[in-house]
Amino acid sequence: MVPVHHYLLLSVALFTIGVVGVLTRRNVLIILMSIELMMNAVNINLIAFSAEWQQVNGQVFAIFVIVVAAAEAAVGLGIVIAMFANKETVNVNEIDLMKW
Amino acid sequence: MLELVVFYLFATTSVVSAILVITRQNAVHSAMFLAGTLLSVAGVFLSLRAEFLAGVQVIVYVGGILVLFVFVIMLVPMDRAMFERTYNRQGKVALVTAAILVIEFGYVIFNSQGSFVFPSGVIEPPVAGNSQWVGTVLYTNYLLPFEIASILLLVAIIGAVVLSKKPSGPEGQGAAGD
Repeated sequence: MVPVHHYLLLSVALFTIGVVGVLTRRNVLIILMSIELMMNAVNINLIAFSAEWQQVNGQVFAIFVIVVAAAEAAVGLGIVIAMFANKETVNVNEIDLMKW
Repeated sequence: MLELVVFYLFATTSVVSAILVITRQNAVHSAMFLAGTLLSVAGVFLSLRAEFLAGVQVIVYVGGILVLFVFVIMLVPMDRAMFERTYNRQGKVALVTAAILVIEFGYVIFNSQGSFVFPSGVIEPPVAGNSQWVGTVLYTNYLLPFEIASILLLVAIIGAVVLSKKPSGPEGQGAAGD
């Protein structure tokens, strides 16, 4: 059996890659993809601990995380389309109306 | 031993394609590598004996969310973005944040790795299979969160439709984007 901390390290790697993607990319679609990567990292953690404790609650929580990810992707991509209709750009640098 | 090999195969694939997701300039390539990551994570779920979650991951993430991403990439012309900078000027901020995250999580995990131990032997679910186990708990203990999740999805559908609707009316003003 694979030790639990291997799963935790994989989760840390995916989460950090997601954070770096959110902070460095300019394309808002890639930023949304990086957020999906972070949610996957959280799911790996939940399911690893669910297997460790022989409980199914972690897997049920992972289903809720997937539901929230689906809702977030639908609304986020709707916002991207509305924003492109208004400002003709998908670069986060050029969407600075509310920047201080 | 076989489990270790399978886990490392899927883990390596997922991390490598995740790195490629955030470094490719073409958004379509990023979406394809995101598919690789999501499928590998489904494999990791299988190695944890969460078969139902692996199926949900493939159906909802790869079959739903990723297709949505590809559709939006198709709707939003990206020709201009191909010849511009891929990254913004936050490399140092990202480096510091990543270093803090890795040090923090690595410290915690390596200090407590002895306390994270899988129970020996195969997990025996109290009912016939993993799907039945998840379904039983989802419809008994987590019934109210389940219903709230359905309302959340309904709200998300309506919100997405309203947001991406074309402006209507004689003055071209509507709900979209205003």
